[in-house]
Order: sequence, then structure tokens, then C-alpha cells
Amino acid sequence: MVKKVVSGNYAAAYAAKHARVEVVAAYPITPQTSIIEKIAEFIANGESDIQYVPVESEHSAMAACIGASATGARAFTATSAQGLALMHEMLHWASGARLPIVMVDVNRAMAPPWSVWDDQTDSLAQRDTGWMQFYAENNQEVYDGVLMAFKVAEHKDVQLPAMIIESAFILSHTYAIVDMPPQEEIDEFLPPRKPLYTLTDFDNPIAVGALATPADYYEFRYKIAKAMEKAKEVIKEVGKEFGERFGRDYSQMIELYKTEDADIVFMGMGSLMGTVKEAVDVLRREGYKVGAAKVRWFRPFPSEELYELAKNVQGIAVLDRNFSFGQEGILFNEAKGVLYNTDAKPIMKDYIVGIGGRDFTVEDVKKIANDMLKIVESGKLDEEVDWFHLKR
Amino acid sequence: MEIPESVKKRVSIPFEEHFYAGHTACQGCGAALGLRYVLKAYGKKTIFSIPACCSTIIAGPWPYSAFGAPLFHTAFETTGAVIGGIEAALKAKGYKVKGEDGIMVVGWAGDGGTADIGLQALSGFLERGHDAVYIMYDNEAYMNTGIQRSSSTPYGAWTTNTPGGKKHFLEKRHKKSVIDIVIAHDIPYAATASIAYPEDFIRKLKKAQKIKGPSFIQLYASCPTGWRSPTDKSIELARLAVQTAYFPLYEYENGKYKINMPSTKKEPKPLIEFLKLQGRFKYMTKEDIEILQEWVLKRWELLKKKAEIFG
Amino acid sequence: MAESPFKADIERVKKEYSEKMTPGAVVYLPGSSVINKTGSWRVFIPEFNKDKCVRCFLCYTYCPEPAIYLDDESYPVFDYDYCKGCGICANECPTKAIVMVREVK
Repeated sequence: MVKKVVSGNYAAAYAAKHARVEVVAAYPITPQTSIIEKIAEFIANGESDIQYVPVESEHSAMAACIGASATGARAFTATSAQGLALMHEMLHWASGARLPIVMVDVNRAMAPPWSVWDDQTDSLAQRDTGWMQFYAENNQEVYDGVLMAFKVAEHKDVQLPAMIIESAFILSHTYAIVDMPPQEEIDEFLPPRKPLYTLTDFDNPIAVGALATPADYYEFRYKIAKAMEKAKEVIKEVGKEFGERFGRDYSQMIELYKTEDADIVFMGMGSLMGTVKEAVDVLRREGYKVGAAKVRWFRPFPSEELYELAKNVQGIAVLDRNFSFGQEGILFNEAKGVLYNTDAKPIMKDYIVGIGGRDFTVEDVKKIANDMLKIVESGKLDEEVDWFHLKR
Repeated sequence: MEIPESVKKRVSIPFEEHFYAGHTACQGCGAALGLRYVLKAYGKKTIFSIPACCSTIIAGPWPYSAFGAPLFHTAFETTGAVIGGIEAALKAKGYKVKGEDGIMVVGWAGDGGTADIGLQALSGFLERGHDAVYIMYDNEAYMNTGIQRSSSTPYGAWTTNTPGGKKHFLEKRHKKSVIDIVIAHDIPYAATASIAYPEDFIRKLKKAQKIKGPSFIQLYASCPTGWRSPTDKSIELARLAVQTAYFPLYEYENGKYKINMPSTKKEPKPLIEFLKLQGRFKYMTKEDIEILQEWVLKRWELLKKKAEIFG
Repeated sequence: MAESPFKADIERVKKEYSEKMTPGAVVYLPGSSVINKTGSWRVFIPEFNKDKCVRCFLCYTYCPEPAIYLDDESYPVFDYDYCKGCGICANECPTKAIVMVREVK
């Protein structure tokens, strides 16, 4: 094991290099840029022979990755917010053509007003594109996430792209220790890609992405739906294997923290869950029976794990660093939907926190805990959605 | 059946066929003929990428294919980027790309997909210097969506969103010169070609194959459906476009311009000969025709000057 | 009599044709369009007068389908399975060896 003190972005770049990515096509955008800068540096120093395509937009970044991946290469890119939104059309293309591209998205708030700070709405707005989504809590998870994402995405029964998501600045530009396994061990974990198809078999030429009539299109979509369902199994297997090889277990799609006897659970995604875990420790010392549930994989959604959790708790406080206008926080919306047809009916409340990079602290979690405890004790939910930080 | 070598030799275009009949192009389609020529020139060791356009349909709906070479369908505006990605992947995998025995990577896009929505990706492709060939088949409107004007539509043409009519609402802009934009990227090779001159087109394709770096060919491809012209006139019209100097054939190679035969032969024919065979020009007034004729000759003079100075 | 160069392809495609739903909607059968007999679109049919033919191959060269091939004497043969009747061959024929006539079906 090599331990390096790196930013979340450098962790992503190292992971791409260690995953033996063959083609990178990317476009600069704050706060993602240092990922591709670092990759360019690897190439400049002769540490990597990645084919680097410095495209003229994020739309072309994804298009070039799609061309590369269809040709059989392991392709990687990274982006943020506006860039991700610009890619949107091609995200559908990547999954429809069943290309296991891996991308790091640095969560950043959408403009206007301009903001470069942390917010999950950019990635969650891509939830229906057929991409898997993994939300990293810390730099180590960014690194591990990229390696696992390739293995899951390239699995013969999955063949779908994956997005590894990290927080703007909180992870992307903050340095922390990251364990990096020796290259040989990574190579054993992640062998060369075996593509579903290739454009280079000239004796058996194929055509990919042709028009499908109403008589056929439906089945192709069903295949993606099934592959996404299958991905749940593969994620757990790969997460377990990762733990056995490298000592960090990811076999759970929802990481549970002190939830065994918890009455109230805080549920959220990404870096804010680090703060939540710390708050849980503080609250536990003060006698509160609280726990944390970190949703690692948002797509495919870990419905079964959520159900198992929900049937044993009284209240779930969902922490959404995102919002779907006209409805509610996106994780809250998903989680409620999952539980509707089950016998698990904890009281659930949605706290809109940290949007646009607003600070979210241990003190905030304590406030939420008190609010949630009152609700659970009284059995009365005052409001479903709480714009928690609002200057009133 | 084996065709005798003596016969094959007498045919002026490659005999090998990698474009299959049964495709769903309209009758007299210039784009289909263009594809046939490209597949003849490059053979099956060619990876195509085609964006949303008539050729998406021509290539065939799933599970059909009229192609004898690999094909990746892509989104409208992405041809330049996708062929760039394909080329990068081939290089990463250690394949030889372009050249006599290398794999050919071909972007095949219409005028809308090139001059309009795909212009940015085309520019990126050219500027980055990918080893691939971009062919713009120019039929001067969005034909696949049902004949809407593109920036490559000529002055005075009827399309469904420049429909003529009582108030005389016709295309008021001259055809955009995409090849001049391409040449501004200082790429090694750019050329115009026409489906009426397959030997010239295939020679240019072969040249583009040998030259390192990005190449661009703008192929004039008739569209009877969109031009409101008789299906049997497709070749004649493409030929007249050249003979009237409306669409002259020339090459730009490492900074030098060369006008190709038959464009150099004689004075251009009157433009009306080209216009009168097409229903799309029937709403033009006498003044409109003069405006277009003047523009054509002005552009022709400019090209001749370029060939003279940078020949 | 020469036969269509696509005959072998038709056999191959018929044998290998499958509507098995492939992930990614990949078409694994190159040239499978040949089972689509576009000759049914035709209104006018090219009639060929061999005596007038000078074997210039322009009809072969300009056919967008392609639905014209050459026999072993290098005369054109019209593949009526695919000929859509566009008439380019007749228009380009320098000796009027090809004429388009309304097809009686």
C-alpha cells in the first residue's frame, strides 16, 4: 500500500491511471479541472500512455469517450455542473449503446446565480440517463469508487456507464490521506476490459445504435432496466472483493453507522455524511439513540437495504443537498417511494441542507436530531420539507 | 459469379462493393450513391460514424444494415468528436490508423450536421489533428426531417420553412462556405467533390487516406425529394452544379489551391440551366436569379484568384 | 446468365437472420438490407437494348442502389429485385440503350 496525501481530484486522477484507462477526453470546468490537469501531467512525465483528447466542450468529451469506448477502449472523463448538463444528451447515448464509461462528477451548484460550490442537483438531474451513480464521502472513496466503477460497469451482465460523484472543494480540493494499492494488485482486481462488441472486427462488421421501431425499442430499454437491476448484485460482489483485497469493504450499497438500536437515522449522500457521522458520535455521547445511513449508490437504488433499515427505525431524517422544484429533495422523494408498498413506515422528513455550498455542521445535525425527536415522540409531522438553513 | 479481370479493369471505379442493395434511400438519392463510392474506395477496413441524418435510415433500421463495414450511429452534433474518440482508441490499442494499410475512420454527416449543429465538433476535430476523414454530404437542407433550410441552403431555395408563397418568403441567405471554414483550420487536405464525378471523388478519398492528419471532403449530393427534381436528374444536376461553377471542384492541399477538371475547362454555363430543373427554385423572381448568378460568379472568380495566387 | 452479386448474401442473411434482442441494439449482420426487396417501390422500369449498348459502364457507375451489375461480357444486368426505378441509368446512358417505361405488374 502506498499512502499519498492528495485532493479528491488527484485521487480521481490516480485512480484513472491505476485503472489503466486508455482514452481520456475532457474539458476544463471548475472545480473538476485539476483531475484532467493531473492526468495530463502523468502523460507529460511519461508515467502513463493514456490517449488524451482535449475536446472543445463537455458534449464532445462524452461523445469522444463514446467513440473510444465503442472501439473497445477503457474511457474516462470528468466534469461538473454546467458541463454535466451539457453532456446530458450523450449520457443517454452512452447507456443506450451499453458503453461502460466511467466519469467523475464534482458536484457543483447549477447557475444562475453562478456558484462553484457543492450541490448534488447537477448529478441527480441525470438520474434517468441509465448511469450508475456512486456518491463518495471522502477522498479514499473517490479513489476506490473509480476502480470499482470500472469493474462493475464492465461486468458482462452490466455494460453500463458509471458516475463517481464527489463534493466541490470539500473533497475536490481538500487534501487527505488516500491508500493506493500496488499496481499489480489493482491489475488483478481490474483486468483488461472485455467489450460487449467492437468496431474493429472487419470480417464481422457491426452497426451500433441503428433505428429501432416501436416493435423493438421497448425490449432494448427493458434490457437496460434488467442490467441495472443486475448491477445491484455485481456492486455488492465487487464491493466485497474490494474489501477482501484491499481492506475496505463496500459490499453494502447503504453504509450503516450505529443504526442497530437507533430510533432516528440521518440519511444522505456524499461528503456531508462525514459531518453526520461525527454528529452521531457526539449525540450518542449525550444519550441520543441516533445513527447514520449513507447512501453510496443512488443508481441503481438500494431499495432492499433501505427497507431493511426502515422497518427497524422510528424516524428517518433525509438530508438533501439538492432539490427538485415543484416537489421535494430528490433522495427523500426516492426513499419515500421505495417504502410506499411495504410495511415499513417510519416518519420521514426532508431537510434541505448545504445547497450551493452552504456550510453544514455538527451543530446543524444536532438541531435536526432535536426536531426529529419531537416529531417521533408526538407522532406529528409539522411539514415534510424543511428549508433548514433559511435566513428567516 | 466471377467477373473477368478484363472487365473489372475497364470500370473506372473500384469494382468491390461493400454497400448493399435493399437500403431505404429515396429513388435517385445522391447520398446513397456517395456512400457506395466511399465504401468502394476504402473497403471494409473502415469505421464509420454517422449522426442523425438520411444516412441513418439508409444504413438500415435494426436488425438491418446496408453496410459491409463497421458503423457507429451517433447524435446529430457529435460526428467530429466521435471519430476523434474512435481514432484515439485505435491508437491506444496500437492499430495503424490511416495511410495505405491503416484503418480508416470516416465521419459521414449531412450539411445540417456539419454546417450547423455539428460545426463546433467539426472544428474541434480539425484543430486537434485527428487521423480521420470527415465527409460532408451536402444536399443543401435538412432532408431527413422533411426539407428545412440549413446554412448550406442556397439563396432563393424553397424549403418547408422558407416556403415561397404569396409573400415571397424564401431563403434570403447565401450558402455558407463550410470548406472555407475548414481550410481556416490549416488542415493538410480539404476538397470539394460531386457524385457526378466519381473518379474524381474516389481519387480525393484515396488522397485523403494517404495524407496524415484530418481531411475534409464536401460532397455535392443531389436530393430529388428535397430539390423537387425528377429522380433521373440526380447526376445531371450534380454535373450542372459543377459546370455552372455553382459548386466548383477543387482541392486545398498544404496551403495550395487547385481547381480540378472539369471545372477549369471552359466558362461556366448559365446558372439557370441548373436552377430550371428543380422545383425548389421555382418561386425565384428574375431578380432573385440574377442575385444568385452574380454570387456564383463572384465566388468562382475568387476561387480562380486563390488557385492563381496559391496554386 | 449472370446472377445478382447479392444472391449469396441473401442466402447468408436468411440463414443468420435473427430478431434476438442484442444489448445495445447491435446489428450483427452486415448487408442484411438485401432481404428488403426495394424493387416493389418501382413505377417505371428500365428497358435495356443490348444492341445499342457500348459498355461504357455509366449505368453501373451511377446506380445508387446498386441494382446494376455486369455480366461476363460486361453488359449491364438489371437487378429488378432492388431497382427502384429512379431512371438515372436511362438519363445517363449516352446511346439511349436504356429507356424507362411504366411497369405493368
